Amino acid sequence: MKQEKPSRKEKLALFKTMLTVRAFEEKAGELFQQNLIPGFIHLSIGEEASSVGTCSVLRQDDYVASTHRGHGHLIAKGADPKRMFAELLGRATGYCKGKGGSMHIADFSIGILGANGVVGGGFPIIVGAGLSIKLRKTDQVGIVFFGDGAANRGTFHEAVNMAAIWKLPVIFVCENNLYASTTPASYSLAGGTVAGRASAYGIPGYETNGNDILDVRKAVTEAVARARKGKGPSIVENKTYRYRGHFEGDPQKYRLPEEIDRFRQQEDPIRLFSDQLKKEGILSEKAEKALKKEVSRSIEEAVAHAQKAPLPRPEDALQDLYVNP
Amino acid sequence: MAERTLSCSEALAEALAEEMARDETVFILGEDIRAHDGIFGQFKGLPKKYPERVLDTPISETCIVGAGLGAALTGMRPLVDMHFADFFTTAMDEIANQTAKIRYMFGGQAKIPLVIWAPDGGGLSAAAHHSQCLENWFIHTPGLKVVVPSEPADVKGLIKSAIRDDDPVIFFQHKKLFAQTGPVPEGEYLIPLGKGDIKRKGTDITLITYSRMMYLCLEAAEKLAQDGIEAEVIDLRTLKPFDFDIIAESVRKTYKVLIVHEACLTGGFGGEIAARIGEELFDYLDAPVTRIGAKDVPMPFSPAMESFVMPQVDDIVQGVKKVLNR
Repeated sequence: MKQEKPSRKEKLALFKTMLTVRAFEEKAGELFQQNLIPGFIHLSIGEEASSVGTCSVLRQDDYVASTHRGHGHLIAKGADPKRMFAELLGRATGYCKGKGGSMHIADFSIGILGANGVVGGGFPIIVGAGLSIKLRKTDQVGIVFFGDGAANRGTFHEAVNMAAIWKLPVIFVCENNLYASTTPASYSLAGGTVAGRASAYGIPGYETNGNDILDVRKAVTEAVARARKGKGPSIVENKTYRYRGHFEGDPQKYRLPEEIDRFRQQEDPIRLFSDQLKKEGILSEKAEKALKKEVSRSIEEAVAHAQKAPLPRPEDALQDLYVNP
Repeated sequence: MAERTLSCSEALAEALAEEMARDETVFILGEDIRAHDGIFGQFKGLPKKYPERVLDTPISETCIVGAGLGAALTGMRPLVDMHFADFFTTAMDEIANQTAKIRYMFGGQAKIPLVIWAPDGGGLSAAAHHSQCLENWFIHTPGLKVVVPSEPADVKGLIKSAIRDDDPVIFFQHKKLFAQTGPVPEGEYLIPLGKGDIKRKGTDITLITYSRMMYLCLEAAEKLAQDGIEAEVIDLRTLKPFDFDIIAESVRKTYKVLIVHEACLTGGFGGEIAARIGEELFDYLDAPVTRIGAKDVPMPFSPAMESFVMPQVDDIVQGVKKVLNR
């Protein structure tokens, strides 16, 4: 089982995954600017402590249901950036052969039950995965990521209630980034807390500094251990922030640039963790630079790979609907 | 095979018992299914026999269907009981946006062996929230299969195929047919999805129908026979995929078609059948393809109005005569 306190080596691995998520997202933003990514994308820059901290506690056979802002979750759960970029670029070699795009990437071979274009769409699915785990009598767990906005959907209530009465091995991980698209959580979230809602269902609720990866890990580790023991679900609320708009190109009239700057300067999850690793003597300036270079190179390679990949044939649109048509 | 008689609800319970014995990943999920073995007795004996695999849920249709999906994605074969087909509305995102699309959106990675079972239909003075026939919503959503059996034997054969199918199946059973009896083969009996059945042979007109209207068509056909008119009655049984070959073969013989369904007429599946016949069998037609369906209003409560809104045997008899007299 994953330990609450990671070793030096594990900490470096966590750091590298955070860098990979950010590099992936920044590159995706760049490609989008260059009109190379069709449609629209939602980036998770600023939320890396939540995605990486949470998924780092999981085993490969655990399940994750993700969101429209899911790239980070997928990378942290072990998805291949090459196939992710290929999907973003609509290529035949993408995770979904170009049928899903940014909002619909899944990798069932490593328990990723899919990002989801419907806010709050993952809740019932993870309850089903939890029920399946219980009926099959394994010690897997399922995690559903969601935002502060999704906490106001009916699916949240139905799913938490059902998971609680059946003591399902499910963890509800809220990434509260203060805005549901354009609507502030301070306006839309009654009670002002998602973790606080847990008490109404008689389950544990954890509120973390969602920009501190070790704080996230601590809460998720407890929740996962509880779930694996058959003691039921928990809610973890990671208080974090997204630096980019709801989608790339979002005019962001709902917040001031100063607010974004403040989070970037004072709360950046990667900088916070880097500082800590340096303080602990685990990471040097030089090693950090080398690590960033390595990550950036692998992301460039992934993009190049995706750009060389073939487009699907138009008539491939007619495949993959049914197992037995 | 021994000839014995079961009701539609007994046929369902027997088929499910067999499938649950055969495959331990099969389980049932729904509201109020344990206390009375399902509100129509459709799961008779199953809660006792499989206490861990027949699960009562809270009233949370959205999550019930979504949980069925999540379980199907992770190695189980759930049957979700919708309680009443009318409650599909409370779970439409889970059906239309998630269940129907997930395999396709993810490039064929997933299989979804999920049956969503729903009692539908009017005629019980249950009014507009407990009487609808909603099959066309799901036919119009690529990714789902839709089954609408009438006879008990078809219920058994089709539910077994639906349970074993790796795609999501919406399985309707008409509420007024639960007590309907008929011969049902014992033991292993499978009917492939997508195959219609000729319930009555005839030469003068093809009646295309499904679910409870099949019985009304048979009754109408007997009345017409007294006037020397021999109607062929085709029960489609599955609407998606649907058996156009069985229709084509019949129309090439009779040259005349009347389509009968209980769902309201406008936008009903009859329109799709009529269009296909028009496109592919135009040269074989001696009269316009004609449809009978419920009137385009929500189902009224009072029996005086309900029977007026729903197609009746006489409507079918008159409909046939109109087609033949053109």
